[in-house]
Amino acid sequence: MPDTPFIDIRHAAKSFGSLEVLKDINLQVQKGQIVAIIGPSGSGKSTLLRAINELDPLTSGEVWLEGVQVNKKLSHSQYEKHVNQVRQDIGMVFQHFNLFPHLTVRGNITLAPKLLKGISTEEANRLAEEQLAKVGLSEKIDAYPSQLSGGQKQRVAIARALAMKPKVMLFDEATSALDPELVEEVNLVMKQLAQEHMTMIIVTHEMGFAQDVCDRVLFMDQGVVVEEGPPDVIFRNPENERTRNFLRKHLAAQK
Amino acid sequence: MDIDLILRVYPFFIEAAWVTIQLSVLTTILGLACGALGAAARMSRLAVFRWIGAAYVSVFRGTPALIQVFILYFGGPQIGIQLDSFAAGTIALGVNIGAYMTETIRGAIVSVDKGQTEASRTLGMSRWKTMRYVILPQAMRMMIRPLGVNINALIKGTALVAPISVVELTYTAQRFIGSTYKPFEMFLLAGLLYMVIIYVAGQGIAWLDRRARIT
Ligand SMILES: Nc1ncnc2c1ncn2[C@@H]1O[C@H](COP(=O)(O)OP(=O)(O)O)[C@@H](O)[C@H]1O
Ligand SMILES: [Mg+2]
Repeated sequence: MPDTPFIDIRHAAKSFGSLEVLKDINLQVQKGQIVAIIGPSGSGKSTLLRAINELDPLTSGEVWLEGVQVNKKLSHSQYEKHVNQVRQDIGMVFQHFNLFPHLTVRGNITLAPKLLKGISTEEANRLAEEQLAKVGLSEKIDAYPSQLSGGQKQRVAIARALAMKPKVMLFDEATSALDPELVEEVNLVMKQLAQEHMTMIIVTHEMGFAQDVCDRVLFMDQGVVVEEGPPDVIFRNPENERTRNFLRKHLAAQK
Repeated sequence: MDIDLILRVYPFFIEAAWVTIQLSVLTTILGLACGALGAAARMSRLAVFRWIGAAYVSVFRGTPALIQVFILYFGGPQIGIQLDSFAAGTIALGVNIGAYMTETIRGAIVSVDKGQTEASRTLGMSRWKTMRYVILPQAMRMMIRPLGVNINALIKGTALVAPISVVELTYTAQRFIGSTYKPFEMFLLAGLLYMVIIYVAGQGIAWLDRRARIT
């Protein structure tokens, strides 16, 4: 099925009570594609990302990953089994890292693979070493999260997600909580993933990064995709007035 | 102050203190079991369990522990529950403190950052695995101190089984007052022994808390 998108979000809508946060969103991502989502705070970017792995299930609409419907309607126990399975294929990185503070870096990375993939401790250790080498933190394997800088924490969080060998990675403002001098080390890891053709959806406030790394940019506002296209077009020559306003304000604020 | 008298009755008080310790330990164990079940019920996905858990907490925190002891010991036989005073006292106090421990345990669990659950579930871990490997290890550390407060209250609360004639410290003090007419010495002695028990328990809890923090 060459024409079937890898990720297919159809008519996604989401309300929290009477607040409509997503309104009929459609998004198709091909395998290996990197999509950036930008937009003002409160526009629904996180909610859309969290709908993809059922952290915030949609009110209506469908989410498909590689021909499997993620948000299937099932009985409770079947649903739990199903989401636990599909979530293994969807890595997610949060703004606030959410590392497990009671476990070492090694423990953070190996916990889920050991419990869910039934691999041995040696295999899990090898996996941890391999993923840590990738994010450049081999020497921190026995450190606790509290002993790491923000940038190191986020790189460990990325390694933890990658250890599950996901098919797609979701990033929700992965560098927004970092001191400016620590942003680059995390961006580098993400760029490296891009070179390895990892499929990624990246919510970001960093327009420069989005322009460098992404194949496509979506501008969201008030729960709708206002405009989307290649980064060159969105950043240099956006059609929509709202996109232009947002970018103007945002770039002014960044200076 | 009658030192001679104190030295004469002292061995009986030590025996009574031992009963108070047994009561305290058994009540703590029963209370923790009830508290764990209560917390699980309060946080269940099923409304019936949540309702049962809430009812348990409000009934047992909303009535005097002494009345609960009396209902079980004096009222029990009327509905076919025949227990000796020690068993009735332990069960009533254990179930009572369990209601407080329910809230302590639940409080510690819900105080673990929501992001922890999200990170764990995102990796594909089930609700149960998330609880077992991510939330509980963190919540346990946070519940040691507040459970210590519950245990402190529970030890003092063991005095409530004196009226049903469990031969613990308070009962023993009262008994010797009957024969010696020296309430000051007798209650002072009982009070001192309570203090020792509570101090040791407090040290034990502080030690656990320190240990949990280091790792
Ligand atoms: N769990 C929730 N309950 C109620 N409202 C929510 C919840 N999560 C998000 N919202 C609301 O949904 C809107 C979109 O939020 P979000 O997706 O976080 O926006 P963004 O990530 O673009 O800043 C906001 O108005 C926010 O207050
Ligand atoms: Mg957000």
